[in-house]
Amino acid sequence: MNLPDDGLILVVKEDCATCQMIAPLAAELEQQGLLKVTFSQDNPAFPEGVSVEDDRELETSFRLDTEIVPLLIRRKEGKEEGRVVGWHRDEWQNLTGLNDLGGDLPDQRPGCGSLSVSPGMAEELQARFGETGLNAREVSVDYPDDPMEQMFDRGWTDGLPVVPPTPARVLRMLQGTRRKPEDVMGAIPPSGEICTVEKAAINAVMAGCRPEYFPVVLAALDAAMDPEFAWQGLMSTTMGAGVCVVVNGPIARRIGMNHQHGALGHGNRANATIARALQLLVINLGGALPGGTDRSTHGHPGKFGMAFAEDETDEAWQPLAQSRGVAPGKSAVTVFGFCGTSINNTETVRDAETLTDSLSMCLNALYHPQHAEGGIAGMLVLSGEYWRIYKEAGWDRGRIEETLLRQTQRTAAGVEAGETTYATEGDLVPKFGPGDLVLVRTGSNAGLFSTIIHGWGSGPRGSQPVTREIVP
Amino acid sequence: MTQGTILLDPTSEKAGGMRKPKAPPPSLDGLTVGFLDISKPQGDLFLDRLEALFGERQIRVKRFAKLTSAKKASEEVIADIAGNCDVVVEALAD
Repeated sequence: MNLPDDGLILVVKEDCATCQMIAPLAAELEQQGLLKVTFSQDNPAFPEGVSVEDDRELETSFRLDTEIVPLLIRRKEGKEEGRVVGWHRDEWQNLTGLNDLGGDLPDQRPGCGSLSVSPGMAEELQARFGETGLNAREVSVDYPDDPMEQMFDRGWTDGLPVVPPTPARVLRMLQGTRRKPEDVMGAIPPSGEICTVEKAAINAVMAGCRPEYFPVVLAALDAAMDPEFAWQGLMSTTMGAGVCVVVNGPIARRIGMNHQHGALGHGNRANATIARALQLLVINLGGALPGGTDRSTHGHPGKFGMAFAEDETDEAWQPLAQSRGVAPGKSAVTVFGFCGTSINNTETVRDAETLTDSLSMCLNALYHPQHAEGGIAGMLVLSGEYWRIYKEAGWDRGRIEETLLRQTQRTAAGVEAGETTYATEGDLVPKFGPGDLVLVRTGSNAGLFSTIIHGWGSGPRGSQPVTREIVP
Repeated sequence: MTQGTILLDPTSEKAGGMRKPKAPPPSLDGLTVGFLDISKPQGDLFLDRLEALFGERQIRVKRFAKLTSAKKASEEVIADIAGNCDVVVEALAD
């Protein structure tokens, strides 16, 4: 950027009524030798009769920190002495020293937004001309090579296309958090490579996240790194476990997460991409690939990443995060290691007792009907209609959970026989250990069935759900 | 439209180091063999049988176990094996 050491410089764009209005003044100032150069953001032939530097690349506009045009700057001995944006006759006259400048113009008129700060442009210009503060290696994909194909070739994907992590996109992602790019999140399994906020941002871009999702990604990442979650075991197990992320609180609404029709499936960007970012980190930083350190026998579609919001529209239902100690009104994530989903289908059920009997039978079949005494986890996802039945009967989260835990007890003989109906007396054996049955509420209000999310090995010897409050 | 694209590397940026496995010893005579039970069901049956067979040949065995197959071995166990064993048998089972 070559700027005159002394004199005036002007930044304009043709697509600005105020710039059009002051265009004759530019010619006047140049004729008097005061205006040394004019930078045009959109048309190097504008203004007419003025020496214009083409700034369609917006480098000078960026370096001059231009937010509004027209921008008039006075420089002396290589330094800026003052600037005016838009048209304010008094200020223009003060800056130029011409007391009769623009006498036939209105007193003032606001300027227009500089093209250098139009949405998405600021980060593009920062990446091209500024200091990004980013440390990741830059990989150049030369024309006409296709970046999408290059990313597949480099093994950076989960088998689906990913968004190219350009510096501008990563800078935009980092706008979603107050954390610094160099802050360390922790070690990603299985390699134990250190994950910084910047690396998380790169993988979040690739997953398709928007910047406003990024605090959720970071909170989920922080939760997954808790030793209680046993992420190393989850990502490497032959059972093919993945990470399920449940989001609670105001942020879920703010970023438009789905808690209604198809909440566990496709169709919503936040639901589809938040957990995918974690899985991409396991691939790209952790080095896990199926057949390598990911030893999944089958795997399951949820290994691409599964996230959903809990339905918090009914105050009678205590949200998962609050049941796990997070204060009301706060946003939080809960990570849950899971191996797939199944449906409990009892469309004829109309009362809470019958519904609980039905659910307990399905829960007793989790893993295998002969499996009991804890060590496995399950997440019961109550649909709107199942919740309505419980609510009308006066049941709340606590009573549903307590009853299900009681009604998944069987006698040792019943377990050995693989019975799924529960027992109330005798040498009772629980199906679930403490904290192993997780209740959430999401999905549409039509459909008398609920989903059971199959957990993995649970308790201190396995993976335990971990909840983290989401902070900006 | 002939410009290339700059991508930021999502990986650890470290080349995957390939290390040659240590050459197997010609004989186990005089060596200490570490047995690491990763706590999968039935892993101990395999190691018990192997220990008996090694015992018949007077091969010294030192037993170790992970707390759970779901998590990594503790640093103490890894250091103990590295410091006190010449070769290791790691048992998976189910």
